[in-house]
Amino acid sequence: MIRLIALALALIAAAPMAAAQEEQSTAPYAYRQLDDPAKERAAQALMETLRCLQCQGQSIADSDAPIAGSMRSLVRERVAAGEDPEAIRAWLVERYGDYVSYAPRLTGLTWPLFAVPLALALLAFALLRRRFGADKGSGA
Amino acid sequence: MIAELGLAALWLAAALAALQLVAGALGLTARGAALGGAVRPVAAVQGLLALVAFLCLIQVFAVTDLSVKLVALNSHSMKPLVFKIAGAWGNHEGSMLLWVTVMGMAGGFVALIEKRLPEPTMLATLAGQAFVSLGFYAFLLIASNPFERLSPVPAEGNGLNPLLQDLGLAFHPPTLYLGYVGLSIAFSFAIGALVTREVGPAFARAMRPWVLGAWIFLTVGITAGSYWAYYELGWGGWWFWDPVENASLMPWLAATALLHSASVLASRNALRAWTMMLGVVAFSMSMIGTFLVRSGILTSVHAFAVDPERGTFILALLAINIGGALTLFALRASTVTEGERFALVSREGALVFNNVMLSAILGIVLFGTLYPLVAEAMGAKVSVGPPYFNPMSALFALPMLVVLAIGPLLRWRRDKFARIGKALVIPAMLAAAAGIGLVAMGGAGMGGVALLPLLGLMLAAGLAWASVLPLRDRNLRRTPLPVWGMVTAHFGIAVALFGMSCESAFSIEKLVAVRIGEVTEIGPWGVKLDTVEPVAGPNWTALEARLLVRYGVDGKAVRMLPQSRSFWTPPQQTSESALLTRWNGQLYTVLGGEADDGRWQLRLWWKPFVPLIWIGGLLVALGGVLALAGRVAADVRRIVARDKIAYRRERQGR
Amino acid sequence: MNEKRRSFRWATWLPLALFLGFFVLVLVGLLRPADRTVASALVGKPMPAFNLPPALPGRPGLDSKVLANGKPHLVNIFASWCVPCRVEAPQLAALARAGVPIEGISVRDTTENLQRFLAENGDPFQRVGADDDGRVQLALGSSGVPETYVIDGKGVIVYQHIGEIRPEHLDLLLGKLKEAGE
Repeated sequence: MIRLIALALALIAAAPMAAAQEEQSTAPYAYRQLDDPAKERAAQALMETLRCLQCQGQSIADSDAPIAGSMRSLVRERVAAGEDPEAIRAWLVERYGDYVSYAPRLTGLTWPLFAVPLALALLAFALLRRRFGADKGSGA
Repeated sequence: MIAELGLAALWLAAALAALQLVAGALGLTARGAALGGAVRPVAAVQGLLALVAFLCLIQVFAVTDLSVKLVALNSHSMKPLVFKIAGAWGNHEGSMLLWVTVMGMAGGFVALIEKRLPEPTMLATLAGQAFVSLGFYAFLLIASNPFERLSPVPAEGNGLNPLLQDLGLAFHPPTLYLGYVGLSIAFSFAIGALVTREVGPAFARAMRPWVLGAWIFLTVGITAGSYWAYYELGWGGWWFWDPVENASLMPWLAATALLHSASVLASRNALRAWTMMLGVVAFSMSMIGTFLVRSGILTSVHAFAVDPERGTFILALLAINIGGALTLFALRASTVTEGERFALVSREGALVFNNVMLSAILGIVLFGTLYPLVAEAMGAKVSVGPPYFNPMSALFALPMLVVLAIGPLLRWRRDKFARIGKALVIPAMLAAAAGIGLVAMGGAGMGGVALLPLLGLMLAAGLAWASVLPLRDRNLRRTPLPVWGMVTAHFGIAVALFGMSCESAFSIEKLVAVRIGEVTEIGPWGVKLDTVEPVAGPNWTALEARLLVRYGVDGKAVRMLPQSRSFWTPPQQTSESALLTRWNGQLYTVLGGEADDGRWQLRLWWKPFVPLIWIGGLLVALGGVLALAGRVAADVRRIVARDKIAYRRERQGR
Repeated sequence: MNEKRRSFRWATWLPLALFLGFFVLVLVGLLRPADRTVASALVGKPMPAFNLPPALPGRPGLDSKVLANGKPHLVNIFASWCVPCRVEAPQLAALARAGVPIEGISVRDTTENLQRFLAENGDPFQRVGADDDGRVQLALGSSGVPETYVIDGKGVIVYQHIGEIRPEHLDLLLGKLKEAGE
C-alpha cells in the first residue's frame, strides 16, 4: 500500500547512501533457521520486534537489508547459545537506544504510552457509566 | 498544450470553488438568498473541471510528455501503458490532484442528487465543501503544480520505482483516496448541520449513504493495500502498524463509528452531538493521515526529502479546516441536545459501546503513531510497533467484538438479556469448544497458541454463528437489504479475525538453500526446485525459479514461478513472490540469491487460512454495498411514490 | 443537572484541545532540523572488546586492545561497496597525513574488492579488521557505512561521526581528537 510508496522512495533516496551493489548478508544465520524449532520460534518472535536500522519502517524479520541479515544472525546465534531473548533485546538497546526495539519499555520517557490506554479505558468507563448510570435512577 | 489546458481547468475549478463558498454563505442570509440558486450548478461544474484537469494529467503521462516536469521525474517511455497511467497518481502532485478531483466530484454529486435536506443546510454543506476544497486547490496551484513545464526537455524520464510497477498501485491509491475524500462529504454535512442547527434523523439519513460509500472504498482500499504489501514485500507479513498503514486505518475506525452512530441517529434521534463530532473527526483523520504521509514527518530517515514548505502548507490547511470545524462544534454542540434516552441493554446501548471502543482504538493508534514524534521533541528516539499496538488495540477490540455478537439481537430502546440468552448459547459453546480444543492441542505438544490468537480464534468461532442470528425468525425473502448488509459485514469480521488468528498461530516458515532437483518439505507441502532460468520483461530481467510443489504425498505437482527481478529504470532488485492458494491456506514462495556452492536460497511459508483475512475484508465491504443498495433503493422508491402522488393530485386538480 | 450540563460543555472543547496539542507537536517536528540518524548509545562508554582478523594480507587485523594504548585513535567503518566511502577518502588521507592513527573495520567485504578500493581511493589505515558478518558493527552500535568513531587513549568512545567525513568536518574531528588526547 502507500507504505510501499514510502518504502520505495526511501530506497531511491537511500541509494547513494547504501549502494545498490551491496550484497546480501553473509552472516551464517541471516537466511538460515535454527535446527531446534522451539529456539527458532523464540528467535523469530524476537526478530519481529526489532527494527531494521537501515530500512527503518520494517522489522529485521521482514527485511532484505544486509544489516538486518547481520542482526538476524546475531539473534539466532545468541538464542541458540541459550541466551534469554529479552537479554538480547537489552544488549541491542544498550547500543542503539530504544529506537531498535518495537516493544517500548516502561521508562520515564515512555510511560504515557501505557498511561493513555489506561486513561482511555477509564474515560470509556466513565462515559458509558454517565450515559447509562443516570437512567437507572430515573427509570427512563 | 494538454498541460496548459489542465492547468487552466484547475484554476477555473478553484475560482468556481471560491464562488461556491461565497454564494453558499451569502445564500444563507436574507439579502443574498437569490445567490443560493447558483450554488448547486457551480458545485457540479467545479467537480467536472477538476476531472478535466485530472484527465489532462493522465494524458500527459500516457504519452510520456517529458516537457512536463512531473512526467520527467516520475515516468519513462519504456514502461507498460498501464503503469504510465498509474504513474500519474503515484507521486505527490498527482495524488493531490486526485484528491481535489474526488473532492470536487463528490461535492458536485451531492449538489445534483441530494434533495432531502432543508435548503439552508444544503447551502451550508456545499459552502463547507467548497471551503475545504479551496485550501487544497491553493496548495496544488501554489506549492505543487502538477503541470509545471521543464526546459530543456530531457531525453528520457527518471522512471517509476519498480516496487510501484504493479497492478496494485494502479488501483490501490485511487480506491483509498475515494474513501478518504468521500468522508469530506460527511464533514461538510456536519458543518452544514452545525451552522443551521438542523440535527436530526433526516440529516442522518441524508448523510448515511455518503458515509457508507466512502467507508466501502476505505475498506476495499485497506484490504487491497494489505494484500499488496503481503505479496509484494516478499516476507509474508500483511500488517505492520507502519505509520502509513495507520494513517489509512484511523479514518476507517472513525468512519465505522460514524456509520453506527448515524444509524442510531437515523432510527432513534439520539446521539446527535456525538454523530456531529464523528463526522468532523472522520475526515480530519483522513487529512491528518495524508499530512503525516505526505510531509514525511513520521516516515524515515531516508524517505521523502522532507519539504518544509509543503509540510507547513498542509499543516496550515489542517489548522484552518479541523481547528475551524472543531471550534464550531464546541460552540454549537452544547446547544444540540443529545436526543432520546435509552437503556444500557438495548440496541443503542450496544452501538454506543461499539462507538466508545472504536474511538478508544482510534485514540491508541493515533497516540502510538505520534509518540515517536513526542519522544523526538524530548530528544530521544523510540519505536512503537506491533508489540505495543497488538495488545493495546485488542484490549478494546475484544470486548467490542463480544458486544458485536450480542448487539444486533437486541431491541431498540430497552431489552432484556433473558430474551436473547437462548440464542447465544450455541455461539458461546462454539467459542468455548474452540478454546478447549486449542489449549488441548497445545497441551498435546503440538505447539501452544499465544493468548491473542487463541482469543481471536475463540471469538471468531462464536461470532461467525452469532453474526447470522439476526436472520433467524425472519422471512429471508422479505428481509431488507440493509439487514443482509449488516449480517454480511459482521460475518466478514469473524472471517477476517479467523484468518488473522490462524496466520499468527499456525504459519510455518522455512528458509532453505537447495540444489536444482532437490526437494524440501514445508508443512504438508513438498517443494522441488526444478530449474532456475533467466527471463525478460519490458523493463526488467529476472531469474525465474520453477518450483514443482505437491500437497501431501500423493498430491498433483503444481508449478510455481517466483522471480528475482532486476529493473534498470531506475536500477533496483525486487523479489516477485509466487503464491499458491488452496481452500485451506496459501503457499508463499520467494527466490533469494545463489550461494557460492551453487545452491539457491528459497524462502517458503505455509500460511493456513491466510486468504480469509482479505476475503473477510471484502465481505465487510460487500456488506456495505448491500446496505447502500438497500438505502438507495428505498430512497428511489420513496421519490417515485412521492412523484406519483403529486402527479395524481395534479391530474385530479385539473 | 446543571453541573452535568457544564461538564458536558467542557467536554465539547476536548476535541479542539487535543487537536491543538497535535498541531503544536507536529509544528515542532516540522521546524526542528531533521536529524534522523540513529546514533550509537555507546558514546562516552568504553569500546566493547573485539578482535577482528586481518582483512588484507600483510596488514594486521584489529584488536580492540590496541585502541587503549594511551593515544587517541580514529576507527573508520567502511566498505568497498559503499559510495560515500569514496567521497570521504581524501579527508581520511588528510587526517592520516596529520598524524592521526586510523584503524579500519571493513564490513561485509572481500579481499579483492577491498584491495581495488584502497588502490583507487588511497589507503590511510594502519590496521584493517574484516567484519564479514557485521557482528562488530552491531557491537559498536553502528547502523550504517561509513561511520567514524573517535576513541581516547583509554579506549573510551568519545565521538561518533555518522555518514561520510566532508572537508568541513575535519576541524571538528581534529578538535575531538585533541580533546581525547588531553
